[in-house]
Amino acid sequence: MTAIEIKNLTKRYKDFTLDNINLTLPTGCVMGLIGENGAGKTTTIKLISGLTAPDSGEIFVLGQNNKKNFKQVKEDIGVVLDEAYFPEAISAKQVSNIMKNTFRNWDETAFFSYLEKLSLPPKKAFKDFSRGMKMKLSIAVALSHNAKLLILDEPTSGLDPVVRDEILDIFFDFIKDEQHAILISSHIVSDLEKLCDYIAFLHKGKLLICEEKDKLLEQHAILKCRKEDLDNLPSGVVKGCRNGEYGTEALVRREAVPAGFKLERATIEDIFLYSVKSAKEGKA
Amino acid sequence: MYILYIYSRSEVTVLEIFISNTSDQPIYEQICAQIKAHILSGKLREGDPLPSIRNLARDLRISVITTKRAYDELEHQGYIHTVPAKGCFVAKQNSELIKENYLKQIEEHLQQISELAKLCGLTNDDLIEMLRVLNQENL
Repeated sequence: MTAIEIKNLTKRYKDFTLDNINLTLPTGCVMGLIGENGAGKTTTIKLISGLTAPDSGEIFVLGQNNKKNFKQVKEDIGVVLDEAYFPEAISAKQVSNIMKNTFRNWDETAFFSYLEKLSLPPKKAFKDFSRGMKMKLSIAVALSHNAKLLILDEPTSGLDPVVRDEILDIFFDFIKDEQHAILISSHIVSDLEKLCDYIAFLHKGKLLICEEKDKLLEQHAILKCRKEDLDNLPSGVVKGCRNGEYGTEALVRREAVPAGFKLERATIEDIFLYSVKSAKEGKA
Repeated sequence: MYILYIYSRSEVTVLEIFISNTSDQPIYEQICAQIKAHILSGKLREGDPLPSIRNLARDLRISVITTKRAYDELEHQGYIHTVPAKGCFVAKQNSELIKENYLKQIEEHLQQISELAKLCGLTNDDLIEMLRVLNQENL
């Protein structure tokens, strides 16, 4: 069963186009969506959660068309946007009362146990919450209506390392159930590197790469050498490079590099930076 | 990073797995190598249950696919077997296979020794003498 299936998705805005995206996320897995600001991450997430309509293409969430079966799909996904939008004056307890009438499967006990776990005060007004608390509250809401798919837009940005770690722990717990799946966008790549099974790179509305994380890490490596050495490598090996005065650093395809070169481990961040760089230079 | 596992056998076994995020060795190989070492050392015995893929991934804070790959590799090499809907268990160990494994490792080390010996001009007799002295000390 697939948690998300996106087919030929296109959405045009005046100054931005999300161009023909194809994506599949199996259940039981986590996919990280990485991209610069304005690359189309939030647009993709809004399209999946049905907040905007696509110009063309189809989206299936847990096997159901997200437009035709919107009511059911809405129950099955928990969405966390980069800002929490609750009325300013209400408390977490009142949020629960509202959600009780919003979601068929609202689980009050689960919600309050999340509040306790995340040390959120149930009676404090939302406007007095810190940024971290607001984010934690949205996550608690998203997790408390028996959602099978979590869609998270930058859930960890602007949060301190301790809170980020707590939140990651919750995601690790959530994904222990193999019926569950997570789509998470972030530009804090180190968070994603731990959690994700799949990584998708978005750049200017186009999907550059969508691949298993382990494969990405295995296939790529960082090579540090002299510029001349790099020029002598067969074409297609180098996927992007940075020339400095004292040497050159390049992202290379590990298996295609001749023996004798010393390769270093590439991180997801390296792979992302170099892919975007070479896409900008028009080589990708 | 490390984890502890307690198995319900007659006695309690503690199994530790350390994952290094900075090592050059891929994470799945690190898991593989350590579980293998536990099996070869006898800490894990035939029929012992292994942690479920999802629990292990959660405890080590790594992705599910990485963990699955480690288990697949172990199963492929005959160290563990999967019972559908029950989980993974340590397989019956073939002593010949284990011996073969050790032999291979010894060969690899000997290869290195012979290269080093060539570099500093040691003869075969010198090497044999060294080994004899070492073994006597260990006794």
